[in-house]
Amino acid sequence: MAEFFGRLWESRIAVAAVVLFAVGFVTLLLHRNLLKKIIGLNIMDTAAYLLLTSLGYIEDRLSPIIRNGDVDPSHYVNPLPAGLVLTGIVVSVSVTAVMLALTVRLYRRYHSLNLDEIYATAQKEHGV
Amino acid sequence: MKRKNLLERFREWDEDRFDLTAMTAGELHRKEPVKVQKSPIPDRPVERLAEGETRAFRRIFPVLAAVLGVVMITFLLMTVVDLPPFGAADVPSDNEVVRRYVADGMRETGAVNVVAGVILDYRAFDTLGESHVLYTALTAVLILLLSAGEPSAKKDVGSELLHRDGIVTMTASVLVPIVILFGVYIILNGHLGPGGGFSGGAVIGAGLILYAIAFGSSRMERILNLRSFRVICLVALCFYSLSKCYSFFCGANGLHTVFSPGVPGRILSAGLILPLNIAVGTVVACTMYGLYSLFQRGRI
Amino acid sequence: MEYFELLLLGLLVICGISTCLTKNLLASIVIFMAYSLIMSILWALLKAPDLAVTEAAVGAGISSVLLFITLKKLRDIRRKEQDETKKPS
Repeated sequence: MAEFFGRLWESRIAVAAVVLFAVGFVTLLLHRNLLKKIIGLNIMDTAAYLLLTSLGYIEDRLSPIIRNGDVDPSHYVNPLPAGLVLTGIVVSVSVTAVMLALTVRLYRRYHSLNLDEIYATAQKEHGV
Repeated sequence: MKRKNLLERFREWDEDRFDLTAMTAGELHRKEPVKVQKSPIPDRPVERLAEGETRAFRRIFPVLAAVLGVVMITFLLMTVVDLPPFGAADVPSDNEVVRRYVADGMRETGAVNVVAGVILDYRAFDTLGESHVLYTALTAVLILLLSAGEPSAKKDVGSELLHRDGIVTMTASVLVPIVILFGVYIILNGHLGPGGGFSGGAVIGAGLILYAIAFGSSRMERILNLRSFRVICLVALCFYSLSKCYSFFCGANGLHTVFSPGVPGRILSAGLILPLNIAVGTVVACTMYGLYSLFQRGRI
Repeated sequence: MEYFELLLLGLLVICGISTCLTKNLLASIVIFMAYSLIMSILWALLKAPDLAVTEAAVGAGISSVLLFITLKKLRDIRRKEQDETKKPS
C-alpha cells in the first residue's frame, strides 16, 4: 500500500489529470444543464491534454527551443506531445463552438436548457 | 421549393439570397404535432412507466454517478501506477523519432522552435486537417445560427449599450492595438520562440472581438464582412494546401531545394514555416471573430 | 518548485470541482476561465511554452467568450419571448 501511494506521489500530475477527468465525466453525466455538460466535456479535454504533456516532461531539461546551436537531444524535453496537444486544443475549441450553436438552436425551439424538459416537450409534441 | 438548376442556386448562395436555414427552420417550426408511425408497442403504458421511472431514477442518479466516478478514478489510478515515473529520462516516449526531430530539425527545417518545425514541416498534414476542422466547425455554426426568423435590421442592443460606457471604450482604445500587435508578434515569431499561427491567430481574434464589443459591430463590418471573410479564408487555406501538396508530391523534403531553410534565428528563415504560420493565423483570427459575430448577431 | 506545482494542482482540482458544483452559470464560466489560466501556468512549468500561450489565448480567451456570448444570446431570446407573450394580452 505504501508503495502504491509512493508511486502515485511520483506521478502526481497524472493523478490530478485522472481526478479532473473523472470530475468532467461525472459532470457530463450528472448535470441536466446543457452548458454545464459542455464545460464538463472541456474539463475532460484539458485533463487528457495535461496527462499527455506530463508524459513528455523530462526532469532537468530545457523546453524544446534550440539555444546557441546546441542540438543534443538529451538537453531538451520531448517536443512531440506538445505538437499533438496543440492540434487537440484547437479541435476542442471547434467542437465547443458547434455544441454551443446546437444549444442555442435547442433553446430557441424548446425554451429550456434542461435536458429532461427538452426531452419531455419533444415527447409530448411527437405524441408519445 | 421550386426546382432550379444547380448553377443558379449556386449563384444565389454566393449573393446571400439563398437561405440555408430556411429549409431546416421551416421543418422545425411546424405548428401541428408531427405524426409518427404507429409503433407495435401501445403508447400509454410507456408514458406512465417513463414518468414514474424518471422520478425514482433522478433520486438514484447522483449516487450512481458518484459511484461510477469513484470506480473510474480507482481503475485509472491503478493504471497510473504502471506508467513510467514522471520526469524520468529513459521513458519509451523519448524514442529515436523524437531524437531525430531535435537533432536534425533545425538543419532541415530552419526552425529554432522544434515544436513549430514538427507541426508545420514534418507533420504539416495534421495542421492542414486541423485548419479545415476549424473552418468546417465555422460552417456548421453558420448553418445552425444564420438567423432565419430573426429581424436582422434590429440593432444589437448589448453592444449599443456598452458603446456608451466610457470605461470600456477607453480601455479598448488603449488595449486593442497592443493586443493585435502582440498577436502579430506571436505569429511572426512562431519559428523562433513559443507561439505560432494558432495562438497568434487566437490573440488577434480576441483583439477583434474586443474592438467589436467596445465600438459596435457595424464599424467592424466595414473591414470584415461576409464577402471579405470568405475571400480571406479561401486564399489562406488554398495557399496552405497548394504549398504543402507540392511538398507531398515531391517527396517529404522536396521544398528545401526551392526554399532554403536560411540562417536559423532570423525572422526571414525556416523556408515555408513563416508563410504557413501567417496563413494559419489569418484563418484562425477570421474564424474566431466569425464565431463571435455569429453568436452575437446571427450573421457575420 | 515542487510546492508551487502542488499548489497549482490543488487549485486546478478545486477549480474543476467548483465549476461543476456552482449553480450560477455565469460564476461557473468565470471559474472555468480561472481553471484554464492555471492550466496554462502548469504547462509553462512543464516546459511546453507553446501550449501555455495557446491555452491562455484559446481556453481562457475564446472559449470563455463564446460561453459568455451564448449566455447573453439565451437571455436575449428569453426576453424577446416574454415581450411577445406580453403583447397580445
